[in-house]
Amino acid sequence: MNLAEAIRQRFPQHVIAARIFRGQQTVVLKREGLLDVARYLRDDAAQYFDMLMDLSCVDYLKFGTAQHSAPTLVTPSPLPYYMTPRPVTETWERGVSNDDYRFDLVYHFYSTAHNHRLRVRVPVAMAHTTVPSLTGVWASADWYEREVWDMFGIRFTGHPNLRRILMYEEFTGHPLRKDYPVRRRQPLIGPMN
Amino acid sequence: MAAQPLGHSATETRHMFLNMGPSHPAMHGIVQLIVELDGERVMGCDVEIGYLHRAFEKESERGPYNNVMPYTDRLNYVSPLINNFGFCLAVERLLGIEVTERCQYIRVIMSEISRITDHLTCIGASAMEIGAFTVFLYMIKAREWLWELVEAVTGARLTISYGRIGGVKADLPEGFAEWTRRVLEEVRKVVLECDTLLTRNRIFADRMQGTGIISKERAISYGITGPFLRGSGIVLDTRKSQPYFVYDRMSFDIPTGEHGDNYDRYLVRMEEMEQSMRIIEQALASIPAGPINIDSEGRVLPANVMVDEAKMGQVAGFKQVRVTLDPTLQGSTRGPHEAVYSSERRVALPAKEDTYGNIEGLMNHFKLIMLGHGLRPPAGEYYSAVEGANGEVGFYVVSDGGDRPYRVRVHPPCFAIMAALPELIVGDMLADIIPTFGSVNMIGGELDR
Amino acid sequence: MVADTSKLSWMTTKLDAALGWARKFSIFQYPFVTACCGMEYMATATSHYDMDRFGAGFPRFSPRQADVLFVVGTISHKLAPVLRRIYDQMADPKWVVAFGVCTCTGGFYDNYATVMGIDTVVPVDIYIPGCPPRPENVLDGLMKLQEKIAQGASAKDPLGPAGRPRELQVPHRPEAHLWSAK
Repeated sequence: MNLAEAIRQRFPQHVIAARIFRGQQTVVLKREGLLDVARYLRDDAAQYFDMLMDLSCVDYLKFGTAQHSAPTLVTPSPLPYYMTPRPVTETWERGVSNDDYRFDLVYHFYSTAHNHRLRVRVPVAMAHTTVPSLTGVWASADWYEREVWDMFGIRFTGHPNLRRILMYEEFTGHPLRKDYPVRRRQPLIGPMN
Repeated sequence: MAAQPLGHSATETRHMFLNMGPSHPAMHGIVQLIVELDGERVMGCDVEIGYLHRAFEKESERGPYNNVMPYTDRLNYVSPLINNFGFCLAVERLLGIEVTERCQYIRVIMSEISRITDHLTCIGASAMEIGAFTVFLYMIKAREWLWELVEAVTGARLTISYGRIGGVKADLPEGFAEWTRRVLEEVRKVVLECDTLLTRNRIFADRMQGTGIISKERAISYGITGPFLRGSGIVLDTRKSQPYFVYDRMSFDIPTGEHGDNYDRYLVRMEEMEQSMRIIEQALASIPAGPINIDSEGRVLPANVMVDEAKMGQVAGFKQVRVTLDPTLQGSTRGPHEAVYSSERRVALPAKEDTYGNIEGLMNHFKLIMLGHGLRPPAGEYYSAVEGANGEVGFYVVSDGGDRPYRVRVHPPCFAIMAALPELIVGDMLADIIPTFGSVNMIGGELDR
Repeated sequence: MVADTSKLSWMTTKLDAALGWARKFSIFQYPFVTACCGMEYMATATSHYDMDRFGAGFPRFSPRQADVLFVVGTISHKLAPVLRRIYDQMADPKWVVAFGVCTCTGGFYDNYATVMGIDTVVPVDIYIPGCPPRPENVLDGLMKLQEKIAQGASAKDPLGPAGRPRELQVPHRPEAHLWSAK
């Protein structure tokens, strides 16, 4: 059964897109609808996602624009065969514009009863980086949301204890954002190397 | 002096805060537990992690796909092979390719060897922390034998970087099957010995039984996977529920506990080692030979000689024949490339014989290695789940069509367990933290990434 | 008078040599184990490679009782103050071994999170490279350390001869992270 379609039919006002890519189902949700859909995912007998397996975030600031991600050539190509790209059979789209929505929160759900998985993506705009917290629905959301706050600076409303988890309190900035330079150090002790 | 009114200080009882870690003898790994104590009873606990944050996810975005491999070694450094293959699986599925059958068998065998080393370390270290030092020595001895095997296959003991997208670095060495069977027999003896030392040991059982209990519902809500979840009585193993590689052809059992305490988790891990050995033996018995094309004229040549001669342009001797290389790594003396690499040449690095022996191979190698060219999965995302020694190791890879991963996220299994740690130890005694923390099997590299 | 001091210096030299000899075979190490190198540290310490042959078989998990600090594994900026605190707590004479390439130079973790070599924070006597170093390599480093101990030499503090400057002192606040505000 197509779970993503079922969610789209149930919450047409919240769902932006429902897709299958490489056999994995993805639903793109508006952040206003996240809490409703999350409760439905957990409690509905057909969905029954009792496990929030993973929560992460992707910063789409430089998606497809970096120097190393030059467009690939299409056939006919003067290149040797081992460089010629294969015809694309399945295409992937994010569902929203990278300019309007900088971040994607990515939730991976798993159902122990039905043994199926679902990915939920929630686009977040740079101007409104607040998302409802799922700590009341799954206990595992607590630390994952703290990590996303630490690494990407997205706030979760309703989180009981939203503070940094991997970095230290004195750290400023959010290191996994694409505009944080990888070598910018903020040592607590010792020289600035 | 006027009499002081009786202050509350004389009779007041207060909770004591105890700071365990970040460097504490009973914490293998660096984590800080701030424990609130009422006498010896744990009333509250806060866990501070992140002391080993090494920016795995940021580093992964810096280089080509195959450059992520050494970083994945250092996630769960007790079973690095599983991480390697987990990442390979994610990128391969994103590309839509399958590796050869022989390679899949090799991945299964090496994963299971890794799982045994992980469980040996976990049980050994946690037994040591509660006083059974002998068990630690025995188990590390057995781990050493397994590491010798790993070294023969991969060339390194611990940080092996053996996985490649589209294959593995080299084929298995000669005589690997017999050697492995012999080692497994020895490991079985050690496990039996430790079983005799621990399982019915009064002291061990008293400290493990009834401590660190977590119910099924809470464990699922915390997203716990692996032996920790199975100790609570839930049959969930990615190898069975959503098989990858060739696990669906192996017959093995999933041991489960019933109480969800430390003792059950210990028993689950002990039994899992036996099941892993079963898998290895089945895989060794049924591993397909795969095409190994060594020409009868092929000479065995030391790798450095071949590199030096190719640099000088002296390639007449081996231009047309398939030369068998003899590099430092035992497994790659066998002209193995077709056997363990995907036939997809946009993905797999060519064999060293080809790289140094003909211009196509050299170009292919160059194109895959040079920055800005390399391996280019189409834009997309994939989440691969493999069963690590601690639970589900997930790699979420996002590609923008470039030759570097746009984002690599790893789902660390012990992150979820550490999140549940306060709930596990609150209500127990202070001394019960040690076995509970031992059964969590916290691996800093994986937890903090 | 001159003869007396020469006699005295002969005595102290001999005494130092004897002390050095004694110290080099009774290394009480504090393993500051953080990361992957810890696995090789375990392998070295246990019976297969047996660090005990060199008189270093007995780890002390209290810095007050240790005289060699083994820094095993990556040190992040979050952890660096802790390392410095432990070093400061150790009694003189003390030595530091950088175990693994992350502690020597930062290794391939050249990013916002990691310290590029612990010698920016604590003095280091012996560097054991390798990612992680093989047990043979570790034992080699240990023997070099023994030579150094026998000579009575040890490395200079990177944070100056007067110890830690005040602005680098790290306040000890175990309650700082507490969630008890709830």
